[in-house]
Amino acid sequence: MTAKQQYKRPNAVLEFFGRMTKAFSAKLGVILFVIIVLVCLIGPFFSPYDVNGIDLINMFKGPSKAHLLGCDEMGRDIFTRLMYGGRYSLALGLCSSLFGAAVGVIIGSVAGFFGGKIETFLMRLMDVWAALPGMLLCILVSNVMGSGFFSTVLALTVGGIPGTVRMIRGQILTERSKEYIEAAQSINCSSFSIMFRHLLPNVIQPVIVTTTMGIGSTMIMAASLSYIGLGIQPPNPEWGAMLATGKTQIRTYPHMLLVPGIAIALTVFAINLMGDGIRDALDPKLRD
Amino acid sequence: MSTNKEVFLSVKNLEVSYSQARREVRAVNGVSFDVQKGKTLGLVGETGAGKTTIAKAILRILPDPPAKVKSGEIFLGGEDLLKKKEEDMLDVRGKKIAMIFQDPMTALNPLMTVGDQILEVLLLHNDYDKAAGMREAGRMLETVGIPAERYAEYPHQFSGGMKQRVVIAMALACNPELLLADEPTTALDVTIQAQVPELINDLKMKFGTSMILITHDLGVIAQTCDDVAVIYAGKIVESGTKEDVFDHPAHPYTLGLFGSLPDIDSRTSRLSPIAGMPPDPTNLPEGCSFHPRCPHATDACRKGQITSREITPGHFCACIREGGN
Amino acid sequence: MAEELIRVEHLKKYFKVPAGINHAVDDVSFTINRGETLGVVGESGCGKSTLGRTLIHLQEPTEGKMYLKGKDITHVKGNELKKVREQMQIVFQDPYSSLNPRLSIESTVMEPLKRSKRFRSKKEMKEEANRLMELVGIDERLRMAYPHELDGGRRQRVCIARALALKPDFIVCDEPVSALDVSIQAAVLNLLMDLQDQMGMAYMFVTHDLSVVRHISNHICVMYLGQLVEKAETDELFENTLHPYTKALLSAIPSVNIHRPLKRIQLTGEITSPINPKPGCRFAARCPYATEACQQPQQLEEVSPGHFVSCCRVKEING
Repeated sequence: MTAKQQYKRPNAVLEFFGRMTKAFSAKLGVILFVIIVLVCLIGPFFSPYDVNGIDLINMFKGPSKAHLLGCDEMGRDIFTRLMYGGRYSLALGLCSSLFGAAVGVIIGSVAGFFGGKIETFLMRLMDVWAALPGMLLCILVSNVMGSGFFSTVLALTVGGIPGTVRMIRGQILTERSKEYIEAAQSINCSSFSIMFRHLLPNVIQPVIVTTTMGIGSTMIMAASLSYIGLGIQPPNPEWGAMLATGKTQIRTYPHMLLVPGIAIALTVFAINLMGDGIRDALDPKLRD
Repeated sequence: MSTNKEVFLSVKNLEVSYSQARREVRAVNGVSFDVQKGKTLGLVGETGAGKTTIAKAILRILPDPPAKVKSGEIFLGGEDLLKKKEEDMLDVRGKKIAMIFQDPMTALNPLMTVGDQILEVLLLHNDYDKAAGMREAGRMLETVGIPAERYAEYPHQFSGGMKQRVVIAMALACNPELLLADEPTTALDVTIQAQVPELINDLKMKFGTSMILITHDLGVIAQTCDDVAVIYAGKIVESGTKEDVFDHPAHPYTLGLFGSLPDIDSRTSRLSPIAGMPPDPTNLPEGCSFHPRCPHATDACRKGQITSREITPGHFCACIREGGN
Repeated sequence: MAEELIRVEHLKKYFKVPAGINHAVDDVSFTINRGETLGVVGESGCGKSTLGRTLIHLQEPTEGKMYLKGKDITHVKGNELKKVREQMQIVFQDPYSSLNPRLSIESTVMEPLKRSKRFRSKKEMKEEANRLMELVGIDERLRMAYPHELDGGRRQRVCIARALALKPDFIVCDEPVSALDVSIQAAVLNLLMDLQDQMGMAYMFVTHDLSVVRHISNHICVMYLGQLVEKAETDELFENTLHPYTKALLSAIPSVNIHRPLKRIQLTGEITSPINPKPGCRFAARCPYATEACQQPQQLEEVSPGHFVSCCRVKEING
């Protein structure tokens, strides 16, 4: 029995992966994402430059053989900084989006599934929550938790939760009125099983889409966090911060803006394509 | 009774297919029929038989792509509708041919009063001034049995049967010569349902409108139609007058349909359903499409085209068995 | 004398809606014997589906009592409720929304087996699931298929297999064939009747289709806007129809017999709202025989043995 299960498990994963990458676009997304991650992880070890090494001679230098993507306002090699910063930006973007989605889904499904007073309480709480400006929440978190990776993730997460909660709750309300849920009740499925086995898989699609779309904006938002003492502090690089400094030089030295901008765009693009792939792989209607 | 037939609409060898995920769905496969002036033709068939596609092809409102009329002619008063320009079709739709859709709940605009919705149709095709149009719209409501005082009410204030009446009034507003009714009773309750065939019969008498009634309900056909065509997998398998088809059904599929119905007048111990499932329209069986489900299928049915034969004058059946049943 | 399986007494189910209180089921009583079928007929909004759902505890009744094998099950909870549910199952109208689109056919049928404690291993469950699928005529090769790959008839067979899995004594069939095509409808009706012969469970067959209900039922209840208007043995109801609403309903069925003269009873007037209804007969607004007396509350009376009618003018109308 157990031997059989062990034999079956990797198969299911492989099958899922196979179905996820069935479409060309999803394949492209996965490849692109893997390349980006690998470059950010391994790349810095091969770079001849120090990530924070100031070299005033090469200030604002455009791309050249020595500096593939040029140098920034202090003559630091942008490519090296991009790779270093990528580690941080990617981890932050992914973690906070996934964490936000997870919390939102849990609160939303509890509200939608149990209804009544629990729902009223949670939804009013979300209304208040959504009414507070995102930045205010960030400052609150930074004051309470101090800086650090986890508190940054938390700060980036809090603003998006009410949206996810509303979306999931709405989906659950529609889905819950369908007869297969009543059928599940009448064959004695527990509330837990109805929620996680029957409801959630059928309402998760829009969350996957909005979450993958949100990763990019989260990365950009992370930049503004450094002003309030959260997140990574200069001179350490990070994509959002690089974008912010590049913005001031847009007319004279556009490469400073373009390089991190394109990096974020490519990453978001890759993740979106992967998100579509995951969504399709989860949908039995698209099986052959 | 069928001595001086005046053909009003004639469909010849119509073929429509949809392209779906690189496969061809053959929805209508060579359908020919005539509608006599002032008569009602009933198209009966199950889900996916191609009934609605035929109606939409006549009105030229098939979504193209994915749908495509591959061949065929549709003659209305000597003109082939399929060859007409789109601008000219605007004149045909609503004025010459009108359609009643299945679901009255979605066919009406919830933000407009019912009277104004009828008025809109009227103004589109006639040059009434607004006051005359409103009087006319009120008169149309009366015609379908709704007091004209309810002109200014909104669809949600009407019951399902009343809404279907409004839809019928809209269809009749421009006094069309041909009415296409696609399952006009299906979305309604039994006691309300009964009113619709009655209304249709009254209006037919009053205006002399020809009609194509599409339904899966043999009972509705029995009450309203003069002629019947039974459709299976995009082909007409049997056609004739109502008496021909109901009293002397010949095709095994028609017989199967009658056998599947529980009889309200007596209690049968067991129904005799048609075996198997309707065929996959992307992969129709060779020969007669019905052969995999037919109790009498022979080798001849599995190969070769089965053409329609006239078994008695005016009664056609697409089956090779002698004399049908 | 047949053994009584279900008894319902003065069952009421009210819903609060913005406009007031919807009397969806209002004082309904009946019994169902083991192995028999009770047909519940009525038009949309007459409360027939609510009745079925209340009976199998998908909704709490507002008032009244329900008994299963003589035991009061009106307010059972927890483990008791689980036991009751194992004995009562439901098959829904829409075979498209009554199956979880993300579970394969086999998982769907195995789901109830997992909840019952009858099986020790997954293998046993699989075998039982296969047996059930064979019983309802689902091909083995469709085991791993998903609901969207099946047509309505097959989906409905899967729903029936799921309902049978717990070996219930009673199944509520909520319009199980009205979403199906005629030729497929007949096959599913035959299946339901065969299964009843083999396994002896009782059905409550909820439908708006009188010809189907005549075909399958032993007894029939006719409902109008939450109330029971007529209740009798099947042949008695059809041959000796007494309530004006039942008469209108019967006359409204389009018959395929083109030579049968139509004796249509035209109903006029608007349908009364079941929200905050007046105490009188709810059909009175559309009834051709309505008088002052109909504004009083009506009682369900036994007119002849086993034939109950709720109409104060029943004797005058029927001579």
